[in-house]
Amino acid sequence: MSTLFNYILKIGDDSLILGHRLSEWCGHGPILEEDIAMTNIALDLVGQATTLLNYAGEMEGKGRDADALAFLRFDREYRNLLLVEQPNGDFGMTMMRQFLFDAYRLPLLERLQKSSDVSLAAIAEKSLKETKYHLKHSSEWVIRLGDGTEESHRRVQDALDTLWRYTDELFQEDDAEKELVVSGVIPPMSEIREAWNANVNRVLEEATLTIPTNNWKHSGGRKGMHSEHLGYILAELQYMQRAYPNMEW
Amino acid sequence: MKELNLNELERRFQEKIDKDIKIEPNDWMPENYRQTLIRQISQHAHSEIVGMLPEGNWITRAPNLRRKAVLLAKVQDEAGHGLYLYSATETLGADREETIDDLHSGKAKYSSIFNYPTLTWADMGAIGWLVDGAAIMNQVPLCRCSYGPYARAMVRVCKEESFHQRQGFEIMTTLANGTPEQKAMAQDALNRFWWPALMMFGPNDADSKHTEQSMRWKIKRHSNDELRQQFVDVTVPQAEMIGLTVPDKDLKFNEQTGHYEYGEINWDEFWEVVKGNGPCNKDRIDVRRKAKEDGEWVREAANAFAEKRARKKSA
Ligand SMILES: [Fe+2]
Ligand SMILES: [Fe+2]
Ligand SMILES: [Fe+2]
Repeated sequence: MSTLFNYILKIGDDSLILGHRLSEWCGHGPILEEDIAMTNIALDLVGQATTLLNYAGEMEGKGRDADALAFLRFDREYRNLLLVEQPNGDFGMTMMRQFLFDAYRLPLLERLQKSSDVSLAAIAEKSLKETKYHLKHSSEWVIRLGDGTEESHRRVQDALDTLWRYTDELFQEDDAEKELVVSGVIPPMSEIREAWNANVNRVLEEATLTIPTNNWKHSGGRKGMHSEHLGYILAELQYMQRAYPNMEW
Repeated sequence: MKELNLNELERRFQEKIDKDIKIEPNDWMPENYRQTLIRQISQHAHSEIVGMLPEGNWITRAPNLRRKAVLLAKVQDEAGHGLYLYSATETLGADREETIDDLHSGKAKYSSIFNYPTLTWADMGAIGWLVDGAAIMNQVPLCRCSYGPYARAMVRVCKEESFHQRQGFEIMTTLANGTPEQKAMAQDALNRFWWPALMMFGPNDADSKHTEQSMRWKIKRHSNDELRQQFVDVTVPQAEMIGLTVPDKDLKFNEQTGHYEYGEINWDEFWEVVKGNGPCNKDRIDVRRKAKEDGEWVREAANAFAEKRARKKSA
């Protein structure tokens, strides 16, 4: 099932790349509790990526497992959102990126739980609890920073202005995916967008933040057209497997 | 009169310790006991936190997803250890932020082992195996330490440290059984970390200034040299088992004593690193200081927000 393979790759790559970004914070967080929280979320995302990519590999049927998919694909074969590969910036940027992603991922997983593909439904169900916590954590920080001090408000508003242009891509749907929607494997992205809008509006309002008016939308990650950042992520991520191929670790 | 009173309090305090009754935060304790514990526990907490950095250095480059997850979990555990230990110092009246400032100013120390760089993936194995292994030797006796909150924190910490030690040894085993390149990588890591790991137990007993009083207070139960010997005795056979060579030409097993005899530790190097002249001392502290400075606005925002909400509630 190559259509399903392609779709699972997308959401698996999202987890992997965002997990990678968060793990860059390890040891550098603004407070010890956040070092723990961000590492914990990174760990959840790496776990989700492993499950999803293993399943993608099964769907593909060419003997590739999660490691082969993570460590031996080049950037043009990666399917993650541009949003998740954006640099960490300051803590406000990281939390805003996380929030915009979590608010998309949660309604997606909720609906994937009812997928006609039972394996995918089971994976979604297993990840749901983690993602609920991620969204709670990131929403709370967006609100705290937005409604904190003048400086924190300015910083997190800047983050929102910077990242907003990557959010339209979250809901793009190609023809193959429309077929998956018809067969009940995945939900229509219009539903996810609606849920996302409601949640984002509510949290940003409570955070006293202003939704950017610019309609300039970037996309490409889903088709393998990434920003310059992904190459560096993969250079680090894949370093060992590229330098020492075909070994057990 | 006051003098007599103090003597009596100290006598009762020591009596409790001799009977293995735990000292709790609200119990009377000599000021020196309190200060010694604050110093020891905060030094331990700092070691956990600074210790996140050398291993954090390889998270983004871990060779597969399983290793990445295990390493993330390990470093997260270390942060958790830091947190319990800072809380234990707070029960003694220390202030967490001040304690951390002492680390950043260089006034407070942390384990010197973390001032060595992690240069290859094999260092993740060597650190788990040797550094967490040495930490266990130091910490298991502390589970019976006279100060209740510290003893209880250590019980929890030691369970996790032994998991860390096992995963490190497993990495080393995998490498030692791997390709010649992998085995060389493992041997190189052992060569670099062996001596600094032995130094983790501190100076020789003859040069250790705090030992005697700490033993009487049961906040230390074995001398540095005893613990170091125990570590060598346990670790050398493990190295042999996986076919790696301990980098000590004087190492030999003494049939009579049943212990390994090992070569002279380079104490000049030890003291240099303690003084701040190790390969990574400056980097480690700079990174921690920067994390604190960069996080200032976040902490201010969190406080301002909490105040706003509290005001709203009371209004
Ligand atoms: Fe630890
Ligand atoms: Fe420790
Ligand atoms: Fe540990």
